[in-house]
Amino acid sequence: MTKPALSFPIYLDYSATTPVDPRVAQKMIPYLTEHYGNPASRSHALGWKAEEAVEEARENVAALVRCDARELVWTSGATESINLALKGAAEFYKSKGKHLVTVKTEHKATLDTMRELERRGFEVTYLDVGADGLLDLNQLEGALRKDTILASVMFVNNEIGVIQDIAAIGEMCRQKGILFHVDSAQATGKCDIDLQSLKVDLMSFSAHKTYGPKGVGALFVRRKPRVRLEAQMHGGGHERGFRSGTLATHQIAGMGEAFRLAKLEMAAECHRIRALRDNLLAGIRQMEEVFVNGDLVRRVPHNLNVSFNFVEGESLIMAVKDIAVSSGSACTSASLEPSYVLRALGRSDELAHSSIRFTLGRFTTQEEIDYTADHLRAKVAKLRDLSPLWEMHKDGIDLSTVQWAAH
Amino acid sequence: MAYSEKVIDHYENPRNVGSFDKGDESVGTGMVGAPACGDVMKLQIKVGKDGIIEDARFKTYGCGSAIASSSLVTEWVKGKKLDEAAGIKNTQIAAELSLPPVKIHCSILAEDAIKAAVEDYKKKHQ
Repeated sequence: MTKPALSFPIYLDYSATTPVDPRVAQKMIPYLTEHYGNPASRSHALGWKAEEAVEEARENVAALVRCDARELVWTSGATESINLALKGAAEFYKSKGKHLVTVKTEHKATLDTMRELERRGFEVTYLDVGADGLLDLNQLEGALRKDTILASVMFVNNEIGVIQDIAAIGEMCRQKGILFHVDSAQATGKCDIDLQSLKVDLMSFSAHKTYGPKGVGALFVRRKPRVRLEAQMHGGGHERGFRSGTLATHQIAGMGEAFRLAKLEMAAECHRIRALRDNLLAGIRQMEEVFVNGDLVRRVPHNLNVSFNFVEGESLIMAVKDIAVSSGSACTSASLEPSYVLRALGRSDELAHSSIRFTLGRFTTQEEIDYTADHLRAKVAKLRDLSPLWEMHKDGIDLSTVQWAAH
Repeated sequence: MAYSEKVIDHYENPRNVGSFDKGDESVGTGMVGAPACGDVMKLQIKVGKDGIIEDARFKTYGCGSAIASSSLVTEWVKGKKLDEAAGIKNTQIAAELSLPPVKIHCSILAEDAIKAAVEDYKKKHQ
C-alpha cells in the first residue's frame, strides 16, 4: 500500500480555527437558499422552518454541555459571549460590589473586556498562574472579597492547552455568592462539560474551534439560580432580550450540527489525537534543549506548546513554512514582545521567544505528524548551527552570566 | 509577514556561516544584541597583513531578516579595508534586502556588528 500524498502546508493550528466539517457544511446550505425565512417570522411556514432549525441546534448545543436549551443565547462568537457575560453581569450587579477577578493567562477577549470595565469604574484583580500554567485555588480564595461580584476563568488555555479546575473554582465562588463565568471556546469537543454538576453561572462558546462556522457562538446563562444580565445589543428583543438581532439560521444550524457531532465522536477523537500528539512529542524530544510549556497531564490532547532553546521563534516559523503553526511571540510587532502567557509561567525571554504551538485536530494524520517531526529536527539543527547562543551553550558558557549589550 | 526574495535567499542559503578562533591575532570578533531582545549577532573578520579583510564568518540568533542582514555583510566586507568596512551603513543593508520598517533594527545590528569586529581587531593591534 502506498502512503497517501501529503498536502502542504500541514495544518497544525486547530486552536486558531478548525475547518468546517463537510457534514456541518451540508447541514448549513439549505438554510441559505431554500429555507431562508427569518426565524422570528411567526406568520408563515418559512419562518417556522427556520425557527425549527434554530431550536434543534439549541438542543444539540445544550446536549453537549448538559444544560437546558432555554439557558443558551446565540451570539456572533465567543468574544461577543464574553463581552455580554462580563459587561452584562458587572453592570447588572454593580450595586452589590465593583470588584472582579480573572487570570493573567486569559484570552484577550476577557482581558480587554476587563480593562474596559476598569475604565467604567470597576476594580479587577489579575491572578498569576504557576509554572505549570494552572491557577492556585488558595491564591484565588485570597483574592475573593466581600465586594467581589464576578470571577472569570477559562476552561482550556488557547496557547498552552492546560485545563483549569473549573469544578473546584465553581464550588468556591458559589459558596461565597460570587458569579462565575467560564470561557469554554477551546474546551468543547475536547473536555467533558457537565453544566448539571458544575457550579458555573455563565459559559461562553464558539462554533469555529469545534468544526463549525466562524461568526457564531453562544452564551450559557443559568436559570437556577437565576443569573441576570444587562443586554449589550438592543433592538427587536430577540433571545429573550439578551441579544437583539436577526438570528443567522445557517450559522446556528452549523454550530448545532458541529456540537452534535462533537458529542458523538469526542471520546474516540480525543483518544486518536492523544496518540498523535504523543508521537509528535516523542519525535521532538529526540532533540536536546526542548521544553514543553504548561502542564502535560492536565492539558487537552490536542495541544503541544514547545520551546526550542537557542533558536529564535520567528526564524523557526519561517523555516517550517510547510507547517501551519503559530508562534508564542507576536512576530509582526516591532517590539517583538514574547507571549504574555509564557511570561506568566515565568519562562525566560529566550524560551518565550522560541516557542511554537502545535494544535492537532480531526483531520490530522500520522503521516503529517511524522513529516512534521522530521522536518522540525532538520530545521532546528540548521538554525542551531547558525546560532551563536547554541555555540556558547556547547562551549559550556552559562548564558545567564553573560553581559549583553542590549539595544 | 512577507519577506523579500533576497531575504529568503540569504536565509535559506546563508553565506559564510561559522566561526574563526577568537584568539587568532588576525581575527576580529564582534558580538552584538541580546537574547531577551530576540537577536544576537556574532560577526568575525580575518584580516591580511596588508590590512584588507580576507574572509568573514557569522552566526546569528534572530529572525529571518537578522540572519539575512548578517549573511549579506559577510559578503560585503570581504576585500575591503578596515575603515571601508566600518563605513557600511545600515541604510545600504536595508535597501539591498528591501527590509520593511519593523525590520530596520536588524540592519542596524549588522552595522554595529561590523564596527564591533573592526574595533576588536584594532584593539589587538594597538
